[in-house]
Amino acid sequence: MTVSRFWRKIPHRYNLIGTHCTTCNEYYFPPRQMCPNCRRDGNIESHKFEGNGEVVTYTVIHSAAKGFEMQTPYNLAIIKLDEGASLTAQVICHRDEMRIGMRVHSVFRKLGEESEKGMIYYGTKFVPD
Amino acid sequence: MMNVGIVSYGAYIPRYRIKLENIAAVWGADGQSFINGLQVKEKSVPDLDEDTVTIAVEAARSAIKKQNIDPSRIGAIYTGSESHPYAVKPTSTIIAAAVGAEPVLTAADFEFACKAGTAAIQTCMGMAGSGMIDLGLAIGADVSQGAPGDALEYTAAAGGAAYIIGTSDLVAVIEDTYSFTTDTPDFWRREGMPYPEHGGRFTGEPGYFKHVTSAANGLMEKIGTKPSDYDHAVFHQPNGKFPQNAAKMLGFTMDQIKTGLVVPMLGNTYSGSCMIGLAAILDEAKAGERIFMTAFGSGAGSDAFSITVTDKIEEIRNKAPTVKQLLENPIYLDYATYAKHKNKIKV
Amino acid sequence: MRDVAIIGASYTKFGELWDRSLRDLIVEAGVAAIGDSHIQGEEIDSIYVGNMSGGRFVEQEHVGSLIADYVGLARELHVPATRVEAACASGGLALRQAILAVASGYDDIVVAAGVEKMTDVDMNTATDALAAAADREWEGINGATFPGLYAMIARLHMHKYGTTSEQLAEVSVKNHFNGSMNPRAQFQNKITVDTVLNSVMVADPLHVFDCSPITDGAAAVVVASADIAKKYTDTPIYVKATAQASGTISLHDRVDITTLDASVVAGQRAFKMAGMTTDDIDLLEVHDCFTIAEICAIEDLGFFKKGDGGRATAAGETALGGNIPVNTSGGLKACGHPVGATGIKQAVEITEQLRGTAGGRQVDGANVGMTHNVGGSGGTAAVHIFSRDR
Repeated sequence: MTVSRFWRKIPHRYNLIGTHCTTCNEYYFPPRQMCPNCRRDGNIESHKFEGNGEVVTYTVIHSAAKGFEMQTPYNLAIIKLDEGASLTAQVICHRDEMRIGMRVHSVFRKLGEESEKGMIYYGTKFVPD
Repeated sequence: MMNVGIVSYGAYIPRYRIKLENIAAVWGADGQSFINGLQVKEKSVPDLDEDTVTIAVEAARSAIKKQNIDPSRIGAIYTGSESHPYAVKPTSTIIAAAVGAEPVLTAADFEFACKAGTAAIQTCMGMAGSGMIDLGLAIGADVSQGAPGDALEYTAAAGGAAYIIGTSDLVAVIEDTYSFTTDTPDFWRREGMPYPEHGGRFTGEPGYFKHVTSAANGLMEKIGTKPSDYDHAVFHQPNGKFPQNAAKMLGFTMDQIKTGLVVPMLGNTYSGSCMIGLAAILDEAKAGERIFMTAFGSGAGSDAFSITVTDKIEEIRNKAPTVKQLLENPIYLDYATYAKHKNKIKV
Repeated sequence: MRDVAIIGASYTKFGELWDRSLRDLIVEAGVAAIGDSHIQGEEIDSIYVGNMSGGRFVEQEHVGSLIADYVGLARELHVPATRVEAACASGGLALRQAILAVASGYDDIVVAAGVEKMTDVDMNTATDALAAAADREWEGINGATFPGLYAMIARLHMHKYGTTSEQLAEVSVKNHFNGSMNPRAQFQNKITVDTVLNSVMVADPLHVFDCSPITDGAAAVVVASADIAKKYTDTPIYVKATAQASGTISLHDRVDITTLDASVVAGQRAFKMAGMTTDDIDLLEVHDCFTIAEICAIEDLGFFKKGDGGRATAAGETALGGNIPVNTSGGLKACGHPVGATGIKQAVEITEQLRGTAGGRQVDGANVGMTHNVGGSGGTAAVHIFSRDR
């Protein structure tokens, strides 16, 4: 990922800053500027999520994505935050601990790096409560 | 100086550990003699996706959470470490973003071996005490490296602590600080080199002990206190032996240092060492108790602090993990996995 | 809107084709389809080609021009050529664009092609290129892979409906069996459920044999106005419906993670356009990029209740001799999945089945067939219905 593309979303990745449509009251993370319910009738404001949620589904990835080889196998999950939005994130725990419905909370971790010489990407992962 | 001190504090220790006997076994050394000699049983190991920045952020967020600090009040962030992930690009700006303190603040990274974090505390004291800033965030964090097979490998650990320094709503007042600094090459790492070098036994008397005792005695003389005036004492903990010896030399008892002596279960967290020890004391200290802290950083220097706990300390109990809780439920690694976690295996 | 028919169809061998380049493949498929249609090159009004990632695989964009040029239609005839991209649904969308061009009356004869040359890069790079079909910013950056995303669908499907790994494996077993009778298929070996379950885990619960391969290949069909189709072929295959729908690009934004709504809606739109229901369909080519994807497809298209797809597959209902044969070509799993070509290959398979030329894979009395092509984890779906009758 390029420098500017990562930088643009730093507050969102570090601090779970998404959006909220005050017209229909739906919460969005990752952030959306256009509410799919209201579209131009929507009123979007920034929203900082608390970071608490539950695992909706998960997998343990054995064949890693590029750049994730060292962590293999790693847990990837779809987590529904308490405010209603769902996101994809890694869950840090032993793979045998993963459960659908498990409560988790956010932590600050390294997501990866561009290369040994390149930028380090930080962001949010989750751990079991 | 204006009343200045600790508004809040937080610590973070990664969950992984390796036992010294596992390290010794790989190098054909006698594990028990290392454990006895160093008075350390196991050390912390960062997860594959943890580094000084992530540790510092978790410690800082913990400090902020305990007092529900409005991050926009933070006027300065200084992170001390000898394992900043970037040689150029400050850890402190990443922390500023991760705690929501951007953009009106000053920031920089500090390096002074194991006392970079306390140097940051002193700087924040000056800035807050002089009215230059409202609150300062001083962090000491490290994912320290010991060369495979070297003596330092047995103790080089990972962890960090963050202190929010201000002039009001203090949970502990820092009455004064005193430093003793000389050009003493007891331990160093050249730019680009992966592991540090050290002077062996030279790191003891001319390094650690000279500076710790000079700073400690210097402070007590300056403010007219003696060891028995203090309820707790914490010294830099490169191993279990050095702080115990320093305590003896200065006239502190084992009872005074026991709460802050975390190194046997944790290892040497370098810039985090004293600061995690202090956090362990603050987790349990009662209002009115006095704490004496002396940090040491190779190169070399010592920062001594005289601290008095206020009654506000009870307010922040248990709002974020204590050092005891962070030391609980460790996950033990074997040497191979530990080497992978510490990037000792070149891919 | 005019009626449209397929008058020619062909695809190349699918597999690791070391000595074939991207343009070699498309020329081969194009020339064969045009030959099959009995048209002359001068009669081609335009070309639509599906190609997901010429750029990442062979550092080549501007694929429309490349193809028109190398099939000999650019320098003298200047035939318009458009590259269409929707990840793994690129082919299905190229087919739809070609059909719409003819149906609208603007063009009379259009070639719809698809091609992907995936083996010129190493496996890691290929997998990373495919991951661009997901949400790069919010799924990719966390280490999501395609097997990982579909594995999450599988895990939840198993949790909610009791679908088992064995049932997933039956999809792969069936498709390999079908592929063994398709000389162009990448894999022609028959396998068993144990083969699948004993293969290396890629993303729990999906094993290697639950996943479609990396493949080179190209496919092409020629579509024409139904009014002129009989000039070229005795067996025009009529397009009864062309439908497309978009869904959320990321899996986490899906309303129900076990349902690809894009498939549901595209299917409904197709049935409505054709005036048909699932009862009218004799066979299906669906998008089995992973075994779970086939199970979701047959549910989402309405052939089985949500959650029943696993049981139905294991019971043989979608086998060659079953009630509703699915993926007689071998599917993506056994026939192979050259991304941009798959949607077109599906149309070729249905064409051969409806013409009665499918050999050992022939479904008796095949009159109406349906194709289902998906992009990413369900961000796009294209559904077509074909019939022997106009």
